[in-house]
Amino acid sequence: MAFLLNCPNCGARNVYDFRFGGEVLTRPAPDAGNEELTEYLYFKENMDGEQREWWNHSMGCRKWFIATRNTHSNEVLGTHWPDEPVTGTGQ
Amino acid sequence: MRQLLTPNSMWSTHELKDRYDVVIIGAGIHGLSTAYYLAKRGITNVAVLDKGYVGGGASGRNTAIIRANYLTREGIPFFRESLSLYEDLAQELDFNLLFDQSGRLDLGHSESAVYGLRMRTGVNKLLGVDSRMIGPSEIKELVPAIDLRVGKPLPVMGALYQSSAGVIRHDAVVWGYGRGADRQGVEIHPFTDVTGIVRENGSVVGVDVGDRRISADIVMSATAGWSSNIARMVDMKLPLITHPLQAFVTEPLKPFIDRSVSSANLHVYVYQTDRGEVVVGGGVDPYSSYSQRSTLHTLEELAANMLELFPFLRGVNVMRQWAGLCDMSPDYAPIMGEVDGLPGFLLSCGWGTWGFKAGPIGGYTMAELIDTGKTPDLIRPFNLRRFSRGELVNERAAAPAAAVH
Repeated sequence: MAFLLNCPNCGARNVYDFRFGGEVLTRPAPDAGNEELTEYLYFKENMDGEQREWWNHSMGCRKWFIATRNTHSNEVLGTHWPDEPVTGTGQ
Repeated sequence: MRQLLTPNSMWSTHELKDRYDVVIIGAGIHGLSTAYYLAKRGITNVAVLDKGYVGGGASGRNTAIIRANYLTREGIPFFRESLSLYEDLAQELDFNLLFDQSGRLDLGHSESAVYGLRMRTGVNKLLGVDSRMIGPSEIKELVPAIDLRVGKPLPVMGALYQSSAGVIRHDAVVWGYGRGADRQGVEIHPFTDVTGIVRENGSVVGVDVGDRRISADIVMSATAGWSSNIARMVDMKLPLITHPLQAFVTEPLKPFIDRSVSSANLHVYVYQTDRGEVVVGGGVDPYSSYSQRSTLHTLEELAANMLELFPFLRGVNVMRQWAGLCDMSPDYAPIMGEVDGLPGFLLSCGWGTWGFKAGPIGGYTMAELIDTGKTPDLIRPFNLRRFSRGELVNERAAAPAAAVH
């Protein structure tokens, strides 16, 4: 199902304007072991529900931002810049 | 008389028992074929549970193409053996599966695409799959209706042709395995939602279905697009991302194409069913989702790409469009077998866009693993532990798939 994403710079646009960057992960420390690095590289929550994820407005301002989306209904609950304190619904 | 008025079900209904030898979650092709081959080995105290109806996930939503022209030394023998089981499956299941081995062309529109196809052809031949490279004139002979795009950007330069590839009736395969398993004593429980997986002393010992606790020696997840939800029940993550894949079908037309045609460059594949409908599919949607609703954007894209190859289809009406979920693994290969540190639990997932082709051999090998306790050589490379060992398979000849990881 298609949906709109609210780019923090450009405003609401069709999802096909954007590049999906996957769920937000916490980067391991540089000295992390094999297990932790494997987990970070390959293993995903792959949430069936609310997920925080990266998007790039590839056909617009080309900036990366974070969205919270329900992956089951594709309802977008909020978007914000990565360094912005999280506000609004669904965070 | 009563018999005549009773619907002739392909499998019987049962009350859930408190204990089974094997509980399989997911009544799609992989769950049911595993149950079928388990029963053939004499393991019949088996229940296949599904939250929805039988074959309602990707088994009923794929585009029913069977092929073995993959790229890797791990992938090719696996899909070759699956095709070989498919060839005898109608007889095995005593069910007409309408398997039409009409052949399949993978088109190349650039030097680099042709180079990739030549590489696949070489490895296919080495590993016993009947693929060969053909040029534009033979492509035109096999598919007279095709526009080779002469004079346009990206003309068709060559194709990998696998003559033993084909198209099968996917629902019939699922029903045939289900009926075959049922006749040997396996219980199929549709609309039976597994809500938890029971662990004791570090081993999986059963499942919860609402307030019912069902014990089992082995619990196998065969839930494809929903595998991460099942894994969450045992506090596990999987290297999977669920993406929808969309397809559509047109109104019936006079027969104009006997073979399935795929183009990785155009992100589209096309074939005509026995009823005359044109089936068109492509790559997975570019973002992850569990939504099985389709989009106008993808319909337009697929239709435009189809028209590049078959321009005369302009103006043909689309009858249906749908989406199915694909559990995409980072190396486009399945994840099968036991999970280190979690005895009693088996995975059959990572079926992405290639799961239906692998249905027979997937069930056959998982049944052998459950029966003998030993992992068959054919699926050894597909164990989950390959990710921590850095032994990824890299099966790049999977259906035109966006880089999703």
